[in-house]
Parts: sequence; C-alpha cells; structure tokens
Amino acid sequence: MPDSATLEAVNIDQDEGAFSYPEDYKHDAGTGLNEGTLDYISDIKKEADWLREFRKKALKVFNDKPMPTHWASDDLENIIFQNIRYYLAKGGAPTRNWDEVPDDVKETFERLGIPEKERKFLAGVEAQFDSEAAYSNVKEALSKEGVIFVNSTEGLREHPELFRKWFGKVIPTGDNKFSALNSAVFSGGSFIYVPPGVKVKHPLQAYFRINAENFGQFERTLIIVDEGAEVTYMEGCTAPKFETATLHSAVVELVAMKDAKIQYITVQNWSNNVFNLVTKRGLAHENAEIRWIDCNIGSRLTMKYPGVIMKGRKARGEVISIALANDGQHQDTGAKMIHAADETTSNVVAKSISVGTGVSTYRGQVHIPKHLKGCKNNTECDALLINSTSKTDTYPAITVKGNEHSTQHEASVSQVSEDQIFYMKQRGLSEGEAMSLSVNGFVNDLVREFPMEYSVELKRLIDMEMEDSVG
Amino acid sequence: MSLTLTPPDKMADKQSTDQWFASAPLTESSVDLPDWYQQIQASSWEQFCENGGPTRLDQNWRFADLKKVRLSGLLPAPEVDSASSVERALRNRLEAFAAHFVFVNNRLVHSETGSLPEGVICLPINEALAKHSDLVQSYFLKEEGCLGGSKFRQIHAAASLSGVFVHVPRGVICEDPILVNHFVGGDSSTIFPHTLIVADDNTSVSVMDTFQSIQENEETYAIGNVDLHANNGANLQYVAFEDASDTGAKHVQLNSSKAGRDSSIKSAFVNLGAAWVRNESINHMADSGADCQIYSANLANGIQEYDQRTLQVHEAQHTTSDLLFKNALYDNARTIFSGLIQVLPGSHHTDSYQTCRNLLGSKAAEANAMPGLEIDADQVKCSHGSTSGQISDEEIFYLQARGITAEDARRIISLGFLNETVSRLDCDNLKEFLFSRIERKFASLA
Repeated sequence: MPDSATLEAVNIDQDEGAFSYPEDYKHDAGTGLNEGTLDYISDIKKEADWLREFRKKALKVFNDKPMPTHWASDDLENIIFQNIRYYLAKGGAPTRNWDEVPDDVKETFERLGIPEKERKFLAGVEAQFDSEAAYSNVKEALSKEGVIFVNSTEGLREHPELFRKWFGKVIPTGDNKFSALNSAVFSGGSFIYVPPGVKVKHPLQAYFRINAENFGQFERTLIIVDEGAEVTYMEGCTAPKFETATLHSAVVELVAMKDAKIQYITVQNWSNNVFNLVTKRGLAHENAEIRWIDCNIGSRLTMKYPGVIMKGRKARGEVISIALANDGQHQDTGAKMIHAADETTSNVVAKSISVGTGVSTYRGQVHIPKHLKGCKNNTECDALLINSTSKTDTYPAITVKGNEHSTQHEASVSQVSEDQIFYMKQRGLSEGEAMSLSVNGFVNDLVREFPMEYSVELKRLIDMEMEDSVG
Repeated sequence: MSLTLTPPDKMADKQSTDQWFASAPLTESSVDLPDWYQQIQASSWEQFCENGGPTRLDQNWRFADLKKVRLSGLLPAPEVDSASSVERALRNRLEAFAAHFVFVNNRLVHSETGSLPEGVICLPINEALAKHSDLVQSYFLKEEGCLGGSKFRQIHAAASLSGVFVHVPRGVICEDPILVNHFVGGDSSTIFPHTLIVADDNTSVSVMDTFQSIQENEETYAIGNVDLHANNGANLQYVAFEDASDTGAKHVQLNSSKAGRDSSIKSAFVNLGAAWVRNESINHMADSGADCQIYSANLANGIQEYDQRTLQVHEAQHTTSDLLFKNALYDNARTIFSGLIQVLPGSHHTDSYQTCRNLLGSKAAEANAMPGLEIDADQVKCSHGSTSGQISDEEIFYLQARGITAEDARRIISLGFLNETVSRLDCDNLKEFLFSRIERKFASLA
C-alpha cells in the first residue's frame, strides 16, 4: 500500500485551511514566556488585579510541573516554549457587524464559510483570529431572553457576577501542566450563560483560527447553563501549515445546573504541525446531562480527554469520539468519567482509524467511589487499522468500589476484512470506494450524532482520506 | 523568571531508601554453585541496592499502595521444624503425581520422584545448578521484566533460592503433574521460590506450586520467580496456588513464559490467601503458531489486596493468546488488574484476547482495571473487555424458584464465576483440587 498515495490524500484534505495572510498585528507580546508577557496581556485587556494574580500564580504552577512524559508521548519534549508567541491581536473589540471585520480576517473566515453557516442556521457565532475574537454575534431574540455569548475578556469584565463564580473551578489551574499554561496566558474563547428554562434551539458556534507562525493559541471557554436550560455549542479549528510547530492549548469548562443539558461539539482539523493539548471538563448537577461530541482529524499530536464530573443525583455524562490519525499524526484522545453522586450514568463510545503511519490512542478513566449506589458506566472503544504500518493503543483505567454499580468496558481492534473488500469489488466498486464505504460504515453510527452539516462534512473528509490509502 | 525546559523532578516521590535486607539473603549451600551463578547473585545484589524502588509516577504501580513495598528488616527464612508442614503437604496433595517436593523456609525437606518418566530432569534448583550448570544457564533468569517488579527480580536473583528445575527431553510426555509445596514461617522471614521449566520439542508437562504459611499472624514474605520455556510443539502448564495466611503474608511472584513454534503454555494464578499479592506475568509468543493462555481466579475478602499486571507480547506472525482473570471481592478487599496486549510490527495475523471480570460482593470492595492494547501490525484480531458488577436479583430469583436459598444461590453463582477460569486448565484431578479449595474459602466466608 503506497504511503505516498496516503500522503496525497492528507494534502487534499488540508488544502481547505492551508492559506495564510501577511501578519499585521497591533499587539504582539513577542516570543517567550515570563511575567512580563502576562503583564502585557493584562494591560491590553485592562484586567482586574485578581486576574493578574491568577495569571501569575498559574505561570508558577506551569513552571513547576514536569512534562507528563512518564505516561504521554515523548513528542511533547519537542515543544519549545521560549520560541512561541503568546499573544497576537489586531486590536479593537470584536465587531458585531460582519462588514466591519478587517478584510483579510473576513476573507479568511469567508473562505472557511463562517458567515454563510451563520446565516443558515446558527443562533450565534464567534470567530477567533489568533488571540482575540474578530467577530462575535448572537441573534437578537436570544439576547432578549438573557443569553450571553461573549469572549472571555468581555465575560470577566462585564459579567463578573456570573462568570467568576465558576471560572477555574471545574478545571483548577494545577490540573495539569497545560491547564496551568492556559490559565497564565489565556485570551479569547467563549463565555456563555443561558438563563433558567431557556432552550437555545440552534447551535452556538465558535471558530478558531491560527494565522501566524510560531503562535500559541490559548482560548478559554466557560459555558454555564442554568436550571432546565439547554444549549448546543460547536467549535471548529483550522490553521495553515507552517514550517515550525504551533501550539494550541485550550481550557473548556462546562457547568450544567439542575436539569440542564449541554452538548459540546468539536471538529478539530488543525494542520499537521499543531500540538493540540486541550483540557475539557464539565460539571453536571442533579439530573443534568453533558455530552461531548468530539472529532479529531488534524494536528500533529492531540491530547484531549473530555471529562464529566457527575455531581448531582441522576446526572448523565457522555463522550462520543471519532479520531482519524494519518501519516505523522498521533491522536491521543479519550474520556474521564467521575461519578460523584448516586444513580449517575456515563457512556463513552470511541472509534479511531489509523492510516499509514498514524497512531491513535484511547485513554480513559472511570471512577466510582464506594459511598455511592446505582452508578453505571459503559465504555466501548473500537479501532480500525488501515495499513500495516498503522498503530493503535488503548489504555483504560476503571475503578469501582462497592457492589451497587455496574461497569463494562469493551475494546476491539480490527481491519477492513479482505472478504468485505472482495465482496464489494465483485459488485463493481473500486478498491478505494470499497475501503471508503467500509470505513464510513465503521464510524457511521457515531457520525449520525453530529449535526447534519457536520456529518456530511465528516463523511466527505473520510472519503478523501481513504481515497488513495489502498492499492 | 525564565522557564526551565527540563522540569525539576519535584513531583517524583522521594526515592525510597529502605534497604529491605541488611545484607544479601544468602544461606550456605550444600552443593557447589557454579561461578556464573555466583556472579549473577553478586551483581544482582548491587543492582538491588541501587534500585530506589517504584515511585508514584511509575505507571506499573498505578492504583497500588506503595507503602506495601517500602520494606525493611526482612530476614532470610530460618531453619525450623518441618514435620507438621510436610504432613500437611502430603495430606492435601493430588492422588496422582509424577513428583512431589516440599520446601519449608527455603529448604528442601521432602521429595518423591518415583513416577517421573525416563529422561526428565526434576531437581531442586541448587542441585540442578551444580549438576546441569550449562543447561540451567541457558534458561536461567533471562526475562528482563518491564512490569515494575525490578527490585523484586533483583533481590530474587541475589538470594539463595528454593524450588525446582524441570527439563523434559524431546518427545517425552509427563502425564501427571509435578507438585511443589512452599511453606514460610517466622516474623520477617523471607523465602525465594524459583521455578524453571523447560519443555523441549513435542513434550507435555504440568507443574503446580502451592504457597502456604506455617502459621497465621506472622509477617512473612515470598519473593518468587517462575520462568516457563516451551520449545517447538511443546505443551506446558503451570499453576501457582497461593493460600498463605491472610493476616500477614506478602506474596510476590514474577512469571514469564516464552512459547516457541506451535507450542502452547497455560499458566494460572489462583489466589485465596495472603494479605498482599503482587503477580506479574510476561508472555512472549516468540514464533509462529505459539499460544499462551493466562488465567487467574482470585477470591479476596477482609483487607486483602491483589495486584496483578500482565503483558502479552506477540513477536511473530500467526500467534494467539487468551487471558481471563476473575476476581470475587468481599468486605474491604481491593484488586488491581493491569493488562497489556502488544502486537509488535510485522506480527500479522494475530489473535489476542484479554478479559478481566470483577464480582463485587460488598459495599466497600474496590476493583481497579486497566486493560490495554498496543497494536502495531496488520490483520490482527484483538479485543479486551472488563466488567465490574454484582450478582443480579434475577439470577438469585431464578435459583430460589428452584428451591435454593438466596444464600446458597449467591455462593453457587460466585463459585461458578471463579471456576470458569480453573475449568479451562488441563488435568481433572488438579481442577477438582482447585475447585475444592475455592469452595472451602467461600464456605468460610458465610
């Protein structure tokens, strides 16, 4: 099976986001990271003193924590923090009118189809270009109902009473090295508040774009959905391919109050030199539901384990994950399910496909302590290997205390069987088409969980990735 | 403030300075030990002294209670009166056996080898080292280990050993099992049971080690190593039956299997006793057609903790392996299972399975499972599964409807649950023996 052909398939896919514009930034914190960098960011954002302190403490934690290479990929050692630019912005507040967005930024997002999508079906959009949001809008009707959808700077400045209470509470600064880094230098990201009982029918969307070389994007997202409210949030990410590695390290915190529902959808298609090291966690109160729907196609190394802490009785957590690792990529994804109340249930379904020399890894944690009863977990992870050079790893960890729970974990690894391919060729399909069909069938039940536009897009991406991978 | 790229090692636990033993645990040997072996002992002692032991960051010790391996004041087991132990061993053995050895506190006190087929070498390890130095050397402690037990491996290699060496020459079938009993007694007393089995081409052999305490309430240690080698077409079975005192015994056993072309190795851990058990099992499917089956049945109650780590390495094409570990937990018992299947590059057409099932019988019991896969080849069929749960009310009801009390129903179901692993072994006598011991412990729980 020719790997050059596989490579070609990757390049086709990446073309969509593979363009960049000349850099012309008003604010640039320079390369490297020290307290001065943090002051620079705080000054520009005119941040309150507590937030400055928060950043500085976080930097200390970041410096003190070792790289987690005792369990994670050694590739992490290739990130040179002093060569990264931590803050780049065009200046000015995000505009609510698409026409006012600077032309090159606008063109970038036009090419990615943001406003077009918004016109069609979205309830609100935020588009982040490097460190700051370039565009942010939410439908008027939702504003009237009290839905707040702003960037992190505005959220902490304009609505401290809402956001400060939960900020950094679901994912504390010291959770891991990269959450500490994010806490020190975060900029951008969405802060969303949905008032009690408001069910946001259409998804809110954010789009993240890295445009500059050697740039690190550290957005911070906090979504609070009050009692009985519901929201679906979608994010997409792209970056052009530069010669040197780029870092994306986000922190996403979700808070679902009693009876609330949050669905968080990610389609990650960073270029093949982005380190994507993201911490995502949700806190589900009584009878609340948090679903992470996660699709990783791009990046050089992704480490992302969305988690749900089920804090209230009958809370539910779910992670649905699709990962596609192509040549030179490592998709290290998984899920964390922390049961902290009676009758909580969690479900993890992960499917990964490794093509060429791609490596996909599933890491999971399920924790059910002993003072609880009636907790349930189901975990399924399936891996598909396309070429003989492909690799897949699975490392779940399940702790159950007490006899009133049930957990099950299953994993399987398989290939597209020669019989299947032969059968389809018999019926006139080419080998490539047969392979595409098989792979699409493998992930089909999960793809259906994505909103229509995304599932069509996903199928198309998978078709392209598979086109030349057999021969 | 500048950023250090090499992070300070602050997070690592302070390296343990516990030395376990004040000096190398050596006792005088009645035979002359070969030089190469004495060199291994000396260098292993040095390595042991330099080894700081596992730290909290060591993935092979995740979920483990590291206090259990911070040891000091251990002593080589002293010579004791062995009559009652021998009597116990003889009273509780299988009817049919090829040979029977009893070791008490690391010393051979009884042996019967009358029913061994001709040509089979079956000797205490020291005697084998003296008489068959070259043969033993080519198989002795070849496994480097990678599951976290290096400090145990080193002290084992440095110490005076008990246990047997078995070599079955080409084409010989050894029908009945070889039985070995190990007893340990005395506070801080430590034994080093060693089992080395070499099954040459087209042979068949079965060995069972039994580990027991001389009496209850003594803090004793067993640090054992088992190496199984099956050459082309050989059929090898090994069972470790551990029924030591649950009020003080600590039991460590490091197993390794190497299965050659078209050979099959079945190995099993049955743990009923001991306060703390650490089992490591490394299985190499080294040539095409090799098959390893690894089973474990564990019945834990009180504050017993069983910590088991396994590795199935597929090193060649067309190899198979199957692992089934079952834990029944009561009271405050705790189990840890960590398994990994590795399919190395080029090991295409591999079939590999790994299952860990936990039956939790109390509110405070805790089961940890880490079933892992690392697949680096094509045309591989691999799966793993892990479940934790309790007996469902429907199952109890079904049996009650047939006139069985709820209590009996629970016992029958739990027994059947554990016996599934034992029933996959060979030799009916041996299976019945293990069934009866598991049943006896269940009866004592009620």
